[in-house]
Amino acid sequence: MVCKAEGARLVKRYDLIVIGAGPAGLSAAIEAAKCGMKVGVFDENARPGGQLFKQIHKFFGSKEHKAKIRGFQIGNELLEEAKELLVDVHLNTVVMGIYEPLRITVNEGDRISSYAADNIVIATGASENMVPYDGWTLPGVIGAGAAQTLMNLHGVLPGKRVLMVGSGNVGLVVSFQLLQAGCQVVAVIDAAPRIGGYGVHAAKVARTGVPFYLSHTIVRAEGDGKVEKVIIAQVDERWNVVPGTEKELEVDTICMAVGLSPMSQLARLAGCWMEDKGGLVPCCDEFGQTSVEGVFAAGDVAGIEEASSAMIGGRIAALGAARRSGFLTDAEVKEKYDHYAQSLDKLRRGMFSHENKGRTDLVQTDEGYPLSMSLLKKGYLDAEEVSQYPGVGTEKRIGIHPVIECTQNIPCNPCQDACHFGCIQVGDEITALPQVVLDSRCTNCGLCVASCSGQAIFLVDETSEPGFATITIPYEFLPLPQSGEKGMALDRSGKPICDAEVVRVKTSPAFDHTALLTMRVPQEMSGQARFFRRRDVVQ
Amino acid sequence: MRIAEHPIIESYQKGRKVTFTFDGKEMEGFEGEPIAVALRAAGVMIHRYTQKRHEPRGIFCAIGRCTDCVMVVDGRPNIRTCMTPLKEGMQVETQYGVQGGRGETGETI
Amino acid sequence: MAEYMDRSKDIGPYVPQADDDRIVCRCEEITKGEIRQAVHMGLWTMTEVKRMLRCGMGLCQGQTCTKNIKRIIATELGVALGQLEEPSVRPPVRPVEVGVFGNEVESL
Repeated sequence: MVCKAEGARLVKRYDLIVIGAGPAGLSAAIEAAKCGMKVGVFDENARPGGQLFKQIHKFFGSKEHKAKIRGFQIGNELLEEAKELLVDVHLNTVVMGIYEPLRITVNEGDRISSYAADNIVIATGASENMVPYDGWTLPGVIGAGAAQTLMNLHGVLPGKRVLMVGSGNVGLVVSFQLLQAGCQVVAVIDAAPRIGGYGVHAAKVARTGVPFYLSHTIVRAEGDGKVEKVIIAQVDERWNVVPGTEKELEVDTICMAVGLSPMSQLARLAGCWMEDKGGLVPCCDEFGQTSVEGVFAAGDVAGIEEASSAMIGGRIAALGAARRSGFLTDAEVKEKYDHYAQSLDKLRRGMFSHENKGRTDLVQTDEGYPLSMSLLKKGYLDAEEVSQYPGVGTEKRIGIHPVIECTQNIPCNPCQDACHFGCIQVGDEITALPQVVLDSRCTNCGLCVASCSGQAIFLVDETSEPGFATITIPYEFLPLPQSGEKGMALDRSGKPICDAEVVRVKTSPAFDHTALLTMRVPQEMSGQARFFRRRDVVQ
Repeated sequence: MRIAEHPIIESYQKGRKVTFTFDGKEMEGFEGEPIAVALRAAGVMIHRYTQKRHEPRGIFCAIGRCTDCVMVVDGRPNIRTCMTPLKEGMQVETQYGVQGGRGETGETI
Repeated sequence: MAEYMDRSKDIGPYVPQADDDRIVCRCEEITKGEIRQAVHMGLWTMTEVKRMLRCGMGLCQGQTCTKNIKRIIATELGVALGQLEEPSVRPPVRPVEVGVFGNEVESL
């Protein structure tokens, strides 16, 4: 497969060139290769996988979306599949330009060369937004992505005491990862009056004792040669600092998670028509094809979403390319397309869907349960309000049973599949709140606790011993507490509320690194104790 | 500081231990990891001083976009240390201004 | 996208602000105040502003600051962000040393 370039230099040709080896790009390459296309993937990084290898949390969605599998494991699966399908992956190769349609020019080492293709999928992802403030150029101010790169890819702590700026899913997920790596997260702040990400992500950070300051901004960062402290303050509705509300926090790292912008420069170079969707994205048809015939876009570059939807977007773009080049019949395309489109549609529903994102007028779930304002403003559910949700309930229960503190419509249902005894029901609509079925028998297997990507399921037993209750919580920190160890039980806000004794710590390959810690607390604390703090931890 | 043990990540892909110098001082890191990672593990925060204001800069994006972490590596200035793999015997130096050595901006910091 | 901008519109005089000394373009060390003053000198698009100040033209090629500079220009002009003309995109989209350009090889 060779074609002659104008300058007599030979240029390699592919049926499909994919730019970017992240979730969207790899998925596009795999789908296209399955259709029989010869595919070349180009990525500027030394390792493929994009941001997937920095994602160490379990993903949301349902089985078909690889829910409850951690991001880096999904990355490994995709790489393995691409390898089996003989996809060419060019690493350390920067696509520096698209000088004419369907032809890319790349820089690898000290050389440049060109590649031609019948189709191109642009899957270059997104870059982080940044906001300037006094002191934002000091060493120690980093992007949330930088923190993930340092700790999750390279095993180095970004700092010791960290302030997280931004309460969207990136800010929340990275805050939790910082805690897991061994950093202290001093606070999560956001200029918005409501937490932007999933409530369950916020709740798992809050219960470890991290305070949330909503309607707060950074006034300035200070330090001699590096960040040593930060001054934050409350803002009013017009984002102006309210005088007198300044707080000084001692931190060595400020982590910025204030949104992403599509990295769409290559689409513009290719001559695609662009539109503004919170950042410039190419106008695309239902297959992700841009205004330039044969040039497709998939993943964040076509509109910021989650990795799960990016993977499906990549597959759909590959179908479009396969159809265009005659690798699939119209009927084959339709069958596959309908399947993927349906799968994508499931992910795009609920409280955090494109239409609902950032809405401040939502007050109840699709089912009519009131949304917890405490969760949206402080990061945790109020003890008084939890019983109104179908995963918790008001009935006094005999014996061990799951308590599911899942209170927002998010696309996720692994808990339903995890329980083999029918205790948990989500139903066909995967954004529905899970219900605990009253007359079912829980066997204390713990699979639901470990399967919940939001770490919102607890096993509670209030009747095994007079005066005491046991609570089983998901625990993803080291060192693991030992049976018999005494410590404090923390409530949902992270406040120590009573002594607690570890009864059991269960680990299993089936739990995938989520340990199940069972603690014994005074019975009256069974509705409040949601985290265990070891004795030697000073907060 | 390096993470000794992680609850989720079982191991980090690392090459062999190598030595390199930072402003003449000998340091250790792992072959193939980004220079910036080895420096951060050794507690180095400042990678360069800017041309106009002579202000310190360090790691910012860590993925090769922002170019704030550039340093003089083996005599070549403007090397993105977050993207450049560490090798045995590398000479890594703080960058002053946009071209390199201390003399370039005519300032002593 | 960018609509016709009425260049005869009066945007008032440049009034110094407390955070004018804050760096916006990290590479070229251009401040908010410099950008605001440029707007009041009649440079109403990112393209014009960067040609005078070099903001967004440093090593990173505007990867970090473009959005923030546009926001400052839009605020100063009293228009929505989407009304501003997009700065042009040119290859290479990543920094490439000039010497490398001369070293083109076949891709087989």
